[in-house]
Amino acid sequence: MAKLKSLEELAKLREDMRTRTEMRVTGTNPDRVVLSVGMATCGIAAGARDTMKALAEELAAHGIENVSVVATGCLGYCYAEPVVEVRFPDKGPILYGDVDAKRAKEIVDQHLVKGILLDHAIIGKGAGRR
Amino acid sequence: MNRYRMHLMVCGGTGCRSSHSVQIVEALNQELKRAGMDQEVQVVTTGCFGFCEKGPIVKVYPDNVFYIEVKPTDAAELVAEHVVKGRTVQRLVYKDPAGGQRIAASTDMPFYGQQIRIALRNCGLIDPESIDEYISVDGYQALGKALSSMTQQQVVDALKKSGLRGRGGAGFPTGLKWQAALKTRSDKKYVVCNADEGDPGAFMDRSVLEGDPHSVVEAMAIAGYAIGADEGVVYVRAEYPLAVKRLKIAIAQAEEYGLLGAGILGTAFSFRIRLSLGAGAFVCGEETALLNSVEGGRGEPRMKPPFPAEKGLFGKPTVINNVETFANVCPILLNGPEWFASIGTEKSKGTKVFALSGKINNVGLAEVPMGITLREIIENIGGGVRNGRAFKAVQTGGPSGGCIPKSMLDLPIDYESLAAAGAMMGSGGMIVMDDTDCMVNIAKYYLDFTVDESCGKCTPCRVGNKRLFEILQRITDGKGTMKDLEDLETLGGTIRDCSLCQLGQTAPNPVLSTLKHFRDEYLAHVVEKRCPSGVCQNLIHYRVVAEKCIGCTVCARNCPVSCIAGERKSPHVIDEDKCIKCGVCFTKCPVDAIVKE
Ligand SMILES: Cc1cc2nc3c(=O)[nH]c(=O)nc-3n(C[C@H](O)[C@H](O)[C@H](O)COP(=O)(O)O)c2cc1C
Ligand code: SF4
Ligand code: SF4
Ligand code: SF4
Ligand code: FES
Ligand code: FES
Repeated sequence: MAKLKSLEELAKLREDMRTRTEMRVTGTNPDRVVLSVGMATCGIAAGARDTMKALAEELAAHGIENVSVVATGCLGYCYAEPVVEVRFPDKGPILYGDVDAKRAKEIVDQHLVKGILLDHAIIGKGAGRR
Repeated sequence: MNRYRMHLMVCGGTGCRSSHSVQIVEALNQELKRAGMDQEVQVVTTGCFGFCEKGPIVKVYPDNVFYIEVKPTDAAELVAEHVVKGRTVQRLVYKDPAGGQRIAASTDMPFYGQQIRIALRNCGLIDPESIDEYISVDGYQALGKALSSMTQQQVVDALKKSGLRGRGGAGFPTGLKWQAALKTRSDKKYVVCNADEGDPGAFMDRSVLEGDPHSVVEAMAIAGYAIGADEGVVYVRAEYPLAVKRLKIAIAQAEEYGLLGAGILGTAFSFRIRLSLGAGAFVCGEETALLNSVEGGRGEPRMKPPFPAEKGLFGKPTVINNVETFANVCPILLNGPEWFASIGTEKSKGTKVFALSGKINNVGLAEVPMGITLREIIENIGGGVRNGRAFKAVQTGGPSGGCIPKSMLDLPIDYESLAAAGAMMGSGGMIVMDDTDCMVNIAKYYLDFTVDESCGKCTPCRVGNKRLFEILQRITDGKGTMKDLEDLETLGGTIRDCSLCQLGQTAPNPVLSTLKHFRDEYLAHVVEKRCPSGVCQNLIHYRVVAEKCIGCTVCARNCPVSCIAGERKSPHVIDEDKCIKCGVCFTKCPVDAIVKE
């Protein structure tokens, strides 16, 4: 590592390093948005790993912070795997089915960025919690 | 760079390492490899989470699940269940002793609920051996800000405005100390970090150095810039090998990045840090004794004034601060002094880290805002007195502190209120005592420590404290008089007023505070020759209750000195003169015919 020669170089290094710990800082924030991906046996078989990867990449591309992408167990919707639950603080969870990489990107672009639900893909809505 | 979807944080603090956390890291890495997930999931070794009692700790992000008492053999299940299937392993999650329910998120645990973490902000959050992780959480930004946009005076002003006071014991305003050193003209100045941490039971400084060494390195460099020093020394006890190792790594990394050394961040400011290892004498934590020790001399206190800010290390102006004090500096510069001053009480700003120990459920480190009550710390964070016993007192401030009784539990704690109660903030040790602790014996225990650690330079401390100890010994032996109680008070007062350094000045505190708040216990020892808690050997008596004794001979056969006599099937008698109070008969009697009084 070459020596840092200015405040700008230090600031740039911080931006580069941010992703290393961002998940931990977000993880304990009560106001975070949680995206849960069903990662039980059939979820993984249906491609949930690619879904997860696509979500993470799209979030990074938009530079969205304060979102945790969490792997979760069986959500009970085997027919619609991979499933993704979107949960904003103080709002009921929204459950999307058949989320392949393409739909994962849509969820981020529409629901998270613009606040528009993907009505055609919703398979369940929960009551407001938390 | 690899983007991991999950981080497994394994505590690498001294407590958890002693219960095999290093092997947990290895086992987790193996299991991840076997599951083909080692590119997706990262295992990180961190500093202490503060919940050492229930260690080793493993915390999972982004799920925010907190596992306790993890064993290397649990790695397979953690990976198979949590990592692969996303299912929390319930049996390794914290169980609330009150309600019995399992709590998976640390943020929901009562232990963490009331904490505000400033000094400990990165402990458990980052890998302390990685400067990159430190930088990712705004590390070295405060130094950058000071160097690029603040004058020396502005840095000092920010500290003054924040209200930060020394966390090493005395609570002196840090800004004023820096101001004095800035004002003194000299060709050479020093910044010294006091990491001697001599109070038995305190380990917050060790935790900061082990869990976030860069925060201290960065703050020392800021102090150097503020007062115009180009050299820093960390005085750390040699019994802290892990802290020493991580400090060395941190200093080397900072040098490599050009954050220590010549011309830092392209400015004219240069600063270097070296370590000085202490041998662990308690008095060497006293700042002037410490300076003598760094210079290679005897660890004996110097007369003050002159204060170190004027004439310190090698006679040069020196700022000397405690580890925890330094750990607060960067957040103050980054978030602003107003933010810091908004936490705490009128005269004590910010937070304090306390080391909870003794008869308490959650032994560990907790950082709480100043002004929180003792009751909140002990009952909420500490989880109450162990085994459901009755609370008697809490000892704060280590050997220089005092004991606070139950009637004062609602005391909001800060420097002033603790001193008014006859105790002290000290370095933040907090030892909880229950009804089985004898307060006279506790006072004797602390005095024994200070008598041992007195450097012997001045008479009130060397001789006076020894006399105090002898009087306490007499009282616990059952030979005390009312005159002894008077002597304790007058002699204690003299020692407090006449000793050269604070070791001697504060040594009588444990005696004076227990005498004030637990006088009835002293009176029971002196007048009734009785130890109400049943601790002082010479004041305990074992007696056979003749009406209850069935003459089974069990006691007589088990007494190691054969001092119990009696015929079969008739009441037995203990010969008090020969009894050595081992308590064997008391525990062995099948019908509880023997009483302890
Ligand atoms: C007997 C004795 C032992 C001390 N031990 C320590 C210690 O272990 N660590 C510490 O930081 N301060 C200790 N102090 C306090 C230091 O003298 C000094 O006040 C402190 O390092 C100043 O830093 P601060 O203003 O940041 O608290 C001790 C003082 C006395 C009298
Ligand atoms: S008070 Fe005690 S420790 Fe301090 S200088 Fe005197 S003898 Fe030494
Ligand atoms: S306390 Fe011990 S020494 Fe005393 S009578 Fe009982 S068994 Fe014997
Ligand atoms: S053990 Fe108890 S019952 Fe038996 S002889 Fe001793 S005092 Fe009596
Ligand atoms: S295993 Fe996929 S929904 Fe149950
Ligand atoms: S050493 Fe692991 S929690 Fe303190």
